[in-house]
Amino acid sequence: MCKNKTGIGDTLKWVIFLSAFWIILLLMNTVPPKDSFFHLTDFNLNTAGKYMAYAILALGIDLLWGYTGILSLGQGIFFGLGAYCMGMYLMLSIGGEGAYQSDLPDFMVWNQVQELPFFWKPFESFAFSMLGIVLVPALCAFVFGFLTFRSRIKGVYFSIITQALALTVWLLFNQNSMNLGGTNGLTDFKSILNFPLSDISTQRMLFVVTGICLVLAFILCRYITQSRLGKVLIAIRDNEGRIRFSGYSASQYKLFVFVISAVLAGIAGALYVPQVGIITPGQIGVLPSIEMIVWVAVGGRGTLIGAILGAIGVNWARSFLTSNYPDLWLYFLGALFVGVVLYFPKGMWEVSGRIKNLFSRRAKKQPVIVN
Amino acid sequence: MNGTIIYVEGVAVSFDGFKALHDLNFMMEAGELRVVIGPNGAGKTTLLDVICGKVKPITGRVVFKEYTDLLPLRESAIANLGIGRKFQAPTVYTSLNVFENLELSLNRKKGVFNALFKKLTPAQRDRILHTLEIIGLIQKKDEIAGLLSHGEKQWLEIGMVMVQEPKVMLVDEPVAGMTDHETEKTGELLKKISTERSVLVIEHDMAFVRQIAKKVTVLHEGTVLFEGTVDEVQNHAKVREVYLGRGEH
Amino acid sequence: MIQASRVGLHLVLSALFAALFFPNQVRAQAFAQMPLATPLDQLILMLADEDRDVVEKAFFDLGKSGDENLLPTLEALREGSLYLWTKPKGERRVVIGRELIVRGAVEGYEVLEAYGAAPMIGPDGAPLFLPEAALESIRLSRRLRIKIGPLLDRLRLFSPEAEVRESAATKVGLSGDPDALPLLSKALAKEKDRWVRFALTEAIGLIRLSDEDPAVRKAAAETLGKIHAMDSVPTLEARIEADDTGVSPETDVAVKAAVSEAIQKIKAWEVWTRTVETIFSGISLSSILLLVALGLAITFGLMGVINMAHGELMMLGAYTTYMIQEFFVAYLPSDIRDVYFILAIPFAFAVAALFGYLLEKSIIKRLYGRPLETLLATWGISLILQQGVRQIFGAANVDVASPAWLSGGVRLAAGIQLPYNRIFIIFLSLSAVFSVYMLVLRSSIGLKIRAVTQNRRMSACMGITTERVDALTFALGAGLAGMAGAGLTLIGNVGPDLGQNYIVDSFLVVVTGGVGKLAGTVGAAFGIGGLNKLMEPGFGAIYAKVFILLIVILFLQKRPSGLFPAKGRSIDL
Repeated sequence: MCKNKTGIGDTLKWVIFLSAFWIILLLMNTVPPKDSFFHLTDFNLNTAGKYMAYAILALGIDLLWGYTGILSLGQGIFFGLGAYCMGMYLMLSIGGEGAYQSDLPDFMVWNQVQELPFFWKPFESFAFSMLGIVLVPALCAFVFGFLTFRSRIKGVYFSIITQALALTVWLLFNQNSMNLGGTNGLTDFKSILNFPLSDISTQRMLFVVTGICLVLAFILCRYITQSRLGKVLIAIRDNEGRIRFSGYSASQYKLFVFVISAVLAGIAGALYVPQVGIITPGQIGVLPSIEMIVWVAVGGRGTLIGAILGAIGVNWARSFLTSNYPDLWLYFLGALFVGVVLYFPKGMWEVSGRIKNLFSRRAKKQPVIVN
Repeated sequence: MNGTIIYVEGVAVSFDGFKALHDLNFMMEAGELRVVIGPNGAGKTTLLDVICGKVKPITGRVVFKEYTDLLPLRESAIANLGIGRKFQAPTVYTSLNVFENLELSLNRKKGVFNALFKKLTPAQRDRILHTLEIIGLIQKKDEIAGLLSHGEKQWLEIGMVMVQEPKVMLVDEPVAGMTDHETEKTGELLKKISTERSVLVIEHDMAFVRQIAKKVTVLHEGTVLFEGTVDEVQNHAKVREVYLGRGEH
Repeated sequence: MIQASRVGLHLVLSALFAALFFPNQVRAQAFAQMPLATPLDQLILMLADEDRDVVEKAFFDLGKSGDENLLPTLEALREGSLYLWTKPKGERRVVIGRELIVRGAVEGYEVLEAYGAAPMIGPDGAPLFLPEAALESIRLSRRLRIKIGPLLDRLRLFSPEAEVRESAATKVGLSGDPDALPLLSKALAKEKDRWVRFALTEAIGLIRLSDEDPAVRKAAAETLGKIHAMDSVPTLEARIEADDTGVSPETDVAVKAAVSEAIQKIKAWEVWTRTVETIFSGISLSSILLLVALGLAITFGLMGVINMAHGELMMLGAYTTYMIQEFFVAYLPSDIRDVYFILAIPFAFAVAALFGYLLEKSIIKRLYGRPLETLLATWGISLILQQGVRQIFGAANVDVASPAWLSGGVRLAAGIQLPYNRIFIIFLSLSAVFSVYMLVLRSSIGLKIRAVTQNRRMSACMGITTERVDALTFALGAGLAGMAGAGLTLIGNVGPDLGQNYIVDSFLVVVTGGVGKLAGTVGAAFGIGGLNKLMEPGFGAIYAKVFILLIVILFLQKRPSGLFPAKGRSIDL
């Protein structure tokens, strides 16, 4: 039982750490004067909010891949579903203020759509949109997961099928006939719940909401991994065949964790859209989906906090490199994939653990010498 | 504890044209400890696979406790009915510790929501600890299972099947690769287990068979060749020809 | 005497007329042999006349001559590269000057004969160079400028190249100008080529559809229907389509019936050609899928390595082809340029195989038995390769020209043409499958490969250097990717993203086929390719792809290990 207690203590420690992380960023944005060294610009706060949204998605990938051993190369789809749900709500709340002064979103005017397509209509309601952000990815993940896990499509087969699915969804979202804005996606949002998105105070609110969501998502994942279910997930990763003969329906568990990860991805997408201001198929296709995997791989799969730090760290590196050395980013990303797989299969988190061990061993040794 | 617990009739299994089992009939009484022997490729493991649902036969019937048809069921459902399987190569959850390995196997509701919300009761905990004592791993309960020795893994897996509290335990070559001492210990363990439930053991080691078995079934080329006591089996001409004649282990 | 027959009466008259005005230009000898050939020279000269009527007359007469040697003349006229050369003595000639060059300090042209475009030879035996100042450009009036296109088409009916004759016939036919009929009939009379005859017949039929005589119109409609002239459907339909007042251009009932019957016949034929086309494009797509998936079937099926850089190895093959083409263009004479492609295929194989070998030796060999890890690592490699190529060759597509011997196609019947490059790819992929089959299942190295894949430790004990076999197997898979890349240059763009476009499809093929089974890969390639092309006309390319994925997922429901699963007692769970 003492193990469980430290579990809760550990959880608390990380919850405080995570909350402190975003609260400090927020304070750095609001308190110090603009020319201070500690001042965080509005732009950087916004970027940090985007990274935290990614971190929520990374938690889902970690549950799925790090704990259960299921590598989904289609998480971008669920991210996209959440993002498009939010985007549709934001599009509709523009109302008649668009460039064409029409009640329809601008791109529909452009594509000569006369009437709002039926699946857009519910997104006029904020409450429904919030529900959709959770339910649409969940439902899609459920149907797809049900079909694939039931027939025991697993391992690399699952990865390949999800990648094909990501390609397909990307192709579909690019179609103008889907009425989702085609390649240009959804953009030019004006306000959320009547708060103008261009206002920094709205952006700060979104940042706070993202931070809270991240902490809640962390607690949820922590709870799952600490419960017996978490152990079943690890058992599935270790030996999926054996767990069936212990009486567990592996496919039900996999379906559960797949749906959870899809919901986390959907929420991440929904938080991403108002902060970034645009969602296009390019952000949810094959390439972004596999890039999401590397966040978790770099951070450390199988450790929740590693996934969060990986998402934030890799995206920070991405921003840094693409703005300073645009040609180098893909080399870096490629090297990251190879390097992590070859040298740090458990990610940076393990590396930091090793370093910590090194220090603590030294710390333990010293008193011995003194004695 | 009487009546037929496993009833297999006319089962055939084919792998890519190779007939692993054909027209196999097999029956086991509740409470029995049965040993299945046979030369390599006789279909021993395949028989266990058919009973626990890992392999689905192309024809035949498999019935549990006289009325439950096992063929349409999935492995997990069969396991929950009370059929436990111990594999030939030790299969444990290598990243979990010994205690957790047993905790997962414990006989209780195994749905997703139970796993998420139900905690271990003190009684269940005691059962796990008790089992750990029986299999002799109580000292190592917090060790990661992947780091155990081969023999310890075998016992752990037997323990896992024990806490599952199955009506029938299917055990595939439990002493392969064990030292003599370990083998003897395993034999005692199986005998002890068989006082509470039916056990079906596959074994090559004739000394071990002699140690534990009352009734022996000999498989040959996917079908039952002979059934009887150890002595009857060893004196049976046909069995000697196909199996023992090639050299005793 | 052919010349004579082509020239009409008014041409004779105008030639006489011209001869009166330019007596010194008439070459007596030529005039004696081919009395009417020389006047062509005269007509050409008349193009430079100051009198518009003279020019116009000469212009149309040249058009009616049906002499293919006049093609360059009129083409030059259209492009403004026809010049009047006035010799110092006052003698005038018309010449073609195509490219302005500088010799010494003088700008000028190496001129060609106006008739036949043969290079003219100067007194020194070298090509005749005329300074620009000595030449006067011959320009057409706007009125004639519009007419020159159709005129050229009529001349092209007699071009030495069948393709030119054919397209000219189609154009002349669609113009519907009855004046062209005599020329068309003449052309048809001497035409040997099946497809030019077809086009000529169609053209004559089209023009005769507007004939005054109902019987002729009816016969024309019947002919068009009989030969399945698909291009004539709009014209046919226009004949019987009623306008707002309910009147159609065709008034005769019998002709109307014949026209609608012809339309029906042609449409029925169209269905048939479309079927053949769909089948062929299905086979073609399947063979492409097979070609790109074959290497994967080896690396994935035999070695359990998910090589996400497979697409980039294909890209390397394609760029190798590009480089070999560039080498040929830069260093070798142009008449053997088309050979480059034959050379490119083994080169592409070698380059990709070498790269694959190095990849295996450096990275893959440390990841055996961890397929998901190979997936991630090779994806990283693929990003690096893409970016590398982007930096070396640029982000834009490079231009790989298909060799001339692969342009065009086999024509089976009206409207059915099977392109050579597609046929070549079908041939390439089938021979690749055959070679792989022979290599893996019938050779001693293949035996080793299979031994290592089935039981690595045992193979090592038997004295097989498993590491060498691994590297070679991977190199083989990579080389096949490179070869596929070379093949793909025939049908698609060559750019840094080339691999990305195929990787998902090819993995889908391998997974659907069942890992480790060549027959499964072949079956899956043909299943997916065929289904895709079957659905494309109805749903569009994108939705067809979506349905394919759904079908594959549902198919894997029934057979989770693919078409031809590897059954057996698995040692692990």
